[in-house]
Amino acid sequence: MGSHPRHLLDFQDWTPERLTAILDNADTMLQVLDRPVKKVPALQGLTVCNAFFENSTRTRTSFELAARRMSADVLTFAAGASSVSKGESLRDTMEVLTSYKVDAYIVRHHAAGAAHLVARYSGKPVINAGDGRRAHPTQALLDAYTIRQEYGSLEGKTVAIIGDIRHSRVARSNAELLPKLGAKVVLCGPAPLLPAGLGALPGVTLTTDPREAVRGAHAVMALRLQRERMSGGFLGSLQEYADTYQVNETLMQEAESGAVVLHPGPMNRDLEISGDTADGPRSRILKQVENGQAIRMSVLYHLLVGRN
Amino acid sequence: MITITNIKRVGSDKTESVTIEGGLIKGWNLPEEGQVIDGQGGTVAPALIELHAHLREPGQTEKEDLASGLAAAAAGGYGTVVSMPNTSPVVDDPAIVRSLIEKAAGLGFARLRPAAALTKGQKGEELAELTYLKEAGAAMFTDDGRTNENARTLRLGLETAGSLGMVISVHAEDASLRADGVMNEGPVSEALGLPGNPASAEAARVARDIEIVAGLHAQGVPARLHIQHLSTARALDLVRAAKAQGLPVTCEVCPHHLTLTDEALRSFDAIFKVAPPLRTQADADHLLEGLRDGSVDCLATDHAPHTRAEKERDLLDAPSGIAYIELAFPLMYTRFGETLGLDRILDLMTAAPARVMGWAEPTLDAGQKADLVVLDLSTERPVNPADFKSKAKFTPWAGETLKGWPVLTVVDGRVAYQR
Ligand SMILES: [Zn+2]
Repeated sequence: MGSHPRHLLDFQDWTPERLTAILDNADTMLQVLDRPVKKVPALQGLTVCNAFFENSTRTRTSFELAARRMSADVLTFAAGASSVSKGESLRDTMEVLTSYKVDAYIVRHHAAGAAHLVARYSGKPVINAGDGRRAHPTQALLDAYTIRQEYGSLEGKTVAIIGDIRHSRVARSNAELLPKLGAKVVLCGPAPLLPAGLGALPGVTLTTDPREAVRGAHAVMALRLQRERMSGGFLGSLQEYADTYQVNETLMQEAESGAVVLHPGPMNRDLEISGDTADGPRSRILKQVENGQAIRMSVLYHLLVGRN
Repeated sequence: MITITNIKRVGSDKTESVTIEGGLIKGWNLPEEGQVIDGQGGTVAPALIELHAHLREPGQTEKEDLASGLAAAAAGGYGTVVSMPNTSPVVDDPAIVRSLIEKAAGLGFARLRPAAALTKGQKGEELAELTYLKEAGAAMFTDDGRTNENARTLRLGLETAGSLGMVISVHAEDASLRADGVMNEGPVSEALGLPGNPASAEAARVARDIEIVAGLHAQGVPARLHIQHLSTARALDLVRAAKAQGLPVTCEVCPHHLTLTDEALRSFDAIFKVAPPLRTQADADHLLEGLRDGSVDCLATDHAPHTRAEKERDLLDAPSGIAYIELAFPLMYTRFGETLGLDRILDLMTAAPARVMGWAEPTLDAGQKADLVVLDLSTERPVNPADFKSKAKFTPWAGETLKGWPVLTVVDGRVAYQR
């Protein structure tokens, strides 16, 4: 089974068995969320610190609710305009937070690898809630969970991820996770946004052709297109992008008949995804949000309680 | 007067002594006179020459200053250090050059030969007063720390400096191709999600600069270009081709580009963030081949100290640079003593940099300047950053066991370092 990873920074140290255990456990957490009293005492007496060095209300809220529903105390550290931006080292900040006797950290940061540094400096379990372009493991877990709900398993399934792959931690984490669970991943986007280096990952293929990407796919994920990418010269125009890469009903005709549509949110409707596809019967976008809370409860439980 | 006993000249098994008087080597195996220092059976060589060190004075002395940087250099066996001008303010004013030389001379560590900025404020647009800067004692001109984006300005600088018999050294990197890259672009950068700096950013700029030199050369205009911290196989091939055509182009390689690769960034430790970045093993192997076959002219460390707090930032926010002037020889000798041989390593760190600069090649002959280092080639010792004279007390090689440590450095006949 392999040793029990202490942190969830990315999926490098995680075996398929451990990952499956987290998904299985999320079933139980979903049941908790269906009860009239949505709270269990699993993390009573423990303090979880939401260390957000970069803003993200949605992710922060999801983690905060997950921790509270497990009866943990939650300390929120939002570094927006604080000392961090004035050049204080990550280590200095962590030393202050450590003095508050925190039991686990949930870290969001604009730089890849920052969660690894927090893990090194804090010595406590760390959950990466998104570090630069590097990883967003709980997002990938909730995506995997949502697809598994459809098909019972990820074994032999194909997942197409379309959009700005280069700058996407969601794409990277899914490309790392899904093949560990038996799925194939096709990454697709305009060439400048599709780094060739990612083709070296096992179980991952690259294509700039969205029809080819979607053909035979069981799930299609559209990524948020950052409008500021335009200024980097990555794209000719947003219109050109939408006409070529938008996930819409026409494109979805190429996919498997029951294929579902995912989006990590927040969406640019009618840019990377058409409004009717986002709201249509294939869409599992709201389901993803709901599953996200269960997955985060499961991860917290796994790292803080279920270690032995 | 100083007599150093119990030493061996490189390539000899004979135990000898050397006597130093008035800053010069008086002679070998003379009767002991004056202060007698036991060389502990070490190997004596001309003191090392560093063409590329950031000593951070003026203005950034929390990172390093002349005293700590030149003491570190002496501890590393260096007798002469060329400091980079990307300080605060920039060394673009003859008065700053003079004051640095004066201050360093009073310290008694390694000798300082400051490089001056090629352009005013290192902004890359208007040439600095190269004539006056040379008169003040500047060793060469460079905008290192910045890249020379304006090709015409570089061309004008090469013409002016060439007419003064001076070298221009360049940080060869196309800033637009580098973009926001913080590490080598490739499978590792993609897996880590870090913005990549492609090998083509270096090669493209080297190609451009060589073309400028070739154009001047064809017209008979003297110009000498030195390419700093070459990191990629492609760029080295371009330098090779230029040399084959007889163009006056030289280049240096840093030990960190030979001994570390982009795999080190998997630790996310900003200690490994350097500019140009750590490349692949294939690049490192190619550079080593270049050291062997002579297409790389010399070694330089790009000693670039920062505060620990700066290096404890994440990889996007931390500054680039490693400081290890105290380790450079032991590192090279331990890792490449077998492949390159002691003679070649010493040449790359003593006579070769002198040739690049057009200085007299250092020797240990009687009558020569008494700049020498005694090296203990056999005792293995772990790297302990706490012992560093540099203010930057951290290194990628902490704890690693190295041999070839300097035990004594003499500069201008004075003991600049003694272990
Ligand atoms: Zn440089």
